[in-house]
Amino acid sequence: MEKAMFYILSGMILVFSLLTVTSRRILRAAVYLLFVLLGSAGLFFMLNFNFLAAVQLTVYAGGIIVLIIFSIMLTSHVNEKLEAAGAKKSVFSFLAVAAGAAVTLYAILNYSFPSVSDRVNDSSMKTIGTMLLSYKDDGYVLPFEVISILLLAAMVGAIIIAKREHKL
Amino acid sequence: MNFNIYDFTDFVTSVSNWLNEILSPELAVITGMAIIGIIFLLFIALLGLSLVYIERKVCAFFQQRLGPMRVGFWGTAQTIADIIKLIFKEPLVTKNADKFLFNLAAFIVMIAPLLAIAAVPFAKGLHVLDFDIGIFYVTAVSSIGVTGILLAGWSSNNKYSLIGAMRSGAQIVSYELSVGLSLLTIIILTGSLQLSEIVNSQSDGWWIFKGNIPAVIAFIIFIIASTAESNRGPFDLAEAESEITAGFHTEYSGIKFAFFFLSEYVNLFIIAAIGTTVFFGGWMPLHLGNLTFFNNIMDFIPPLIWFFMKVAALLFLIMWFKWTFPRLRIDQMLTLEWKYLLPLNLMNLMLMSIVSLNGWHF
Repeated sequence: MEKAMFYILSGMILVFSLLTVTSRRILRAAVYLLFVLLGSAGLFFMLNFNFLAAVQLTVYAGGIIVLIIFSIMLTSHVNEKLEAAGAKKSVFSFLAVAAGAAVTLYAILNYSFPSVSDRVNDSSMKTIGTMLLSYKDDGYVLPFEVISILLLAAMVGAIIIAKREHKL
Repeated sequence: MNFNIYDFTDFVTSVSNWLNEILSPELAVITGMAIIGIIFLLFIALLGLSLVYIERKVCAFFQQRLGPMRVGFWGTAQTIADIIKLIFKEPLVTKNADKFLFNLAAFIVMIAPLLAIAAVPFAKGLHVLDFDIGIFYVTAVSSIGVTGILLAGWSSNNKYSLIGAMRSGAQIVSYELSVGLSLLTIIILTGSLQLSEIVNSQSDGWWIFKGNIPAVIAFIIFIIASTAESNRGPFDLAEAESEITAGFHTEYSGIKFAFFFLSEYVNLFIIAAIGTTVFFGGWMPLHLGNLTFFNNIMDFIPPLIWFFMKVAALLFLIMWFKWTFPRLRIDQMLTLEWKYLLPLNLMNLMLMSIVSLNGWHF
């Protein structure tokens, strides 16, 4: 059962990733990307990482994809099709992809994948909550605060860009 | 099989044991999923039919009309006639539309409420998904729905659809924040995101009573923001008939149009169900202090009836202000969210933390 679900989900991820990069219509590519992200959220649910799966859904499927679709809607028309890439471009992108795949495969095949079943794998909401705000050795309050400052800076930046009255 | 109307835990376990007895483990799981799926599909179909009828009646009474009266007793069969008409109508596609996305959009808007409804606790033990992230799961999956609306608007190749989709995108993305934060205010008190635990924490009183003033403020914000999130009046700018014909679903006809309609009503039900679970104790009966006699009478009413009565009350409230208030302008709507609701919400969150820390709630 678990195996079947894994193959269905990973098959979905693979097929839609391929479609994302080969589609000639930009909005369709964005929709295929949505399915890739949904598939990976499904994998997280299978691993019982419910929190991570829900974050994947809200941030990527509900946030990033909506932003991408929004920007496509503002800039391109429904009948627009991207041109097929020229020979030179194809060769170079093939080389880049092949190099990337080689590095990834090399890393995966040389990793021994030690079993983690003996380690306590607590991913419940309560543990995540307390760890996120804990200042002890294995707490994450410092990265949490640093990220919130980054977010604040990004928001201030966005407001400045949106405000056109003052010339920068 | 021991069927108990007050506690479904035994019933559900005995059904699953029985399935495991007669089938192999894998097949039992698949059969179980299929049964649950069919029950939910039937439930959603019934929900859509009855809510459309109720909405039309409520609207009519607010406007001093009678509403549908001809088909069946007091027009009760009107929506069945409507759905038969919609099924036999030709599903049109505009000539230069992106046909694949045009058809897909109708399904994506349906997926989100289908995923979310699985987490609703109907009664004790009658609960399909009980994750420890409960509420967060519901908000996460319902954020997928907006993609369907945006796709529908863009792929129709129609300027009204596009404007409608842009409006609804801006609206849903901003009001999601207020919905999440207002629910978070109550989460401070419950200490858990799990829906069954949220319900259990209200066995001695509902949070809207126990949680003091901040809980009431949170509820008001929740009901406003979730109405806006589901594109309903007075926030139905995405389908403002007087300006942009029907917004993002202008080009849809027949059964595909029915999908958009159905998803709106299922979303409405989910909002009411989540509001009920978080603020009004879910399926928990109303208990008043030490009045044992009164409490026993309340306990006698089955939890399923409690749940659906509370949901119906919230649904009526939402319909009430749809047919009472005039539609807002887009700038007014975004001002309401970003300048009033969001700061109020953050302040309310602080207030609730103070109340909770000092133990000022009941």
